[in-house]
Amino acid sequence: MMNAESRWAKLRRTEAANGLLMISPPAIYAILMLAAPLGTILLYSFLTDGYLEIIRDFTMANYVEAWTNELYRSVMVRSLGVSMTVTLVTVLLAFPIAYFVSFHVDPSKKALWLFLITIPFWTSYLIRVFLWKVILGYNGVVNSGLLGLGIIDEPLTFILYNVNSVVITLAHAYAPFAILPIFVALEKIDRSYLEAGQDLGESRFMTFIRVTLPLTMPGVIASVLIVFIPTIGDYVTPQLVGGPEGRMVANLIQLQYLKLDNYPLGSAIAVSAMGIVTLVSLIFIGLNRRYLKGPK
Amino acid sequence: MRGGWFKVYAIGYLVFLYAPIIILPMFAFNDATVIAFPLTGFSTRWFSAMLEQPALHIALKNSLFIAVVSSVLATTLGIFASRATTRYRFPMKAGLMGLIMLPLVLPEIIVAVSLLVVLLGLGVSLSLWTVILGHVLICTPFTIAILSSAFQSLDQSLEEAAYDLGESPASTFRLIILPLVMPGIISSLLISFTISLDEFIIAFFLAGTEPTLPVYIFSQFRFPSSVPVIMALGTVLVCMSIVLLACAEYFRRRGIAKAGGKNTGGFL
Repeated sequence: MMNAESRWAKLRRTEAANGLLMISPPAIYAILMLAAPLGTILLYSFLTDGYLEIIRDFTMANYVEAWTNELYRSVMVRSLGVSMTVTLVTVLLAFPIAYFVSFHVDPSKKALWLFLITIPFWTSYLIRVFLWKVILGYNGVVNSGLLGLGIIDEPLTFILYNVNSVVITLAHAYAPFAILPIFVALEKIDRSYLEAGQDLGESRFMTFIRVTLPLTMPGVIASVLIVFIPTIGDYVTPQLVGGPEGRMVANLIQLQYLKLDNYPLGSAIAVSAMGIVTLVSLIFIGLNRRYLKGPK
Repeated sequence: MRGGWFKVYAIGYLVFLYAPIIILPMFAFNDATVIAFPLTGFSTRWFSAMLEQPALHIALKNSLFIAVVSSVLATTLGIFASRATTRYRFPMKAGLMGLIMLPLVLPEIIVAVSLLVVLLGLGVSLSLWTVILGHVLICTPFTIAILSSAFQSLDQSLEEAAYDLGESPASTFRLIILPLVMPGIISSLLISFTISLDEFIIAFFLAGTEPTLPVYIFSQFRFPSSVPVIMALGTVLVCMSIVLLACAEYFRRRGIAKAGGKNTGGFL
């Protein structure tokens, strides 16, 4: 008994040490394979590009180029616009679904609905994007459908190879990411609050606005971030369905790294894009600070 | 079921979500080289053509190798992280976990270029192993999401009982904890396998001269004549990933039920 007692004391005393030991394999991996490489591109973005090697001269020239060159700036602005639109569309479309599954679906069937929603997300991303090209194309599903129904006289051309098709395809790709955090937040709401709201004379709509929505905001904020941050760096969608006017920052980064071999400029563009995304995300979190402080 | 309009909306939304997957087999079985409507007739020739493409087989073999190794490594790292985060309090916990989970939101192209720069800088030549390095990084957060719920629902008194009965920490882990979280581990292996098999950007940057399946698919999009074969391949892949995911979901639920928890949601 004494032996077990002291062993427990020892274990408790060294809880921090044990925890650090336990976390060390994944943590060391993340430091070596993620933190260090991220640090390296940050460093590279201040170096000078020679033809065959990187010259170790500290310079701001890459950033000046990335921010003043008309081409780079327009791609950056477009990427930001596309990700914001995608985020808005995705989250607005996702909210009613999350609400439906949380409030109107029989509890035993909720897991099935979530499973149905997540399946498309796990199936070959490349092929899904390519199929949007088929759906939106000149002879595609949308056009032949609308022509067949006599709604239009000639195929629509504004739905492929431009920003619109990029937004549609990305909104499709990130749908489950937007639904799940909102769903989790809705599930946590104590249903008696809603009854209280209605007992106190609020309409169902006002109860939703004044009780449900504020309580769901942490989930909404999470889905905004989880959609907004990765979409700005999407490569496949703009490449396949974007056409020349739909190119985004990832295509630019790929071009600099793999085609032009200009690592410092590529790094400066990548760092700038991440900087902008981080800044926008922080502003967004700041604006919604009051929703995140709720009782834990 | 209540909520009439919501249900109509939800079904419309599911149609939007499933639109590409519904169209995929139509073209895989369509007897025409051009991917467009109207369909011309039923044919399985794209599936037989698929079996006669050595480049595709090599790419598939590369992808399977990467997916198996990455899922095992990522799940192993995930077990350490989930155990640490659910069982211990330690300094810098939030920071370290934040770093480990970062690839969940970080655009994959950033992961890809930063690894590329470092590997080339160190003089490492690109191979299947460099792709694995990247895939482990992006799979680990998903394994942690699955495994922490498995570890969270563990009853700590079971573990304490084992210590009281004289088991060492190592044997307790092997005899008590591991069997209880096993369904979670299987689920996590399947999910990481699926992610790795489907990942394109990191493989595109880090694969060197050995293409993975997505890299091969991407290269084939440039040749309209080889697209029908890709549609056939896609149909097979979709069926395969649905089976894998159904298995993963089954094990995840069984794991939660085994540990006495209640099922609260999906994979993420």
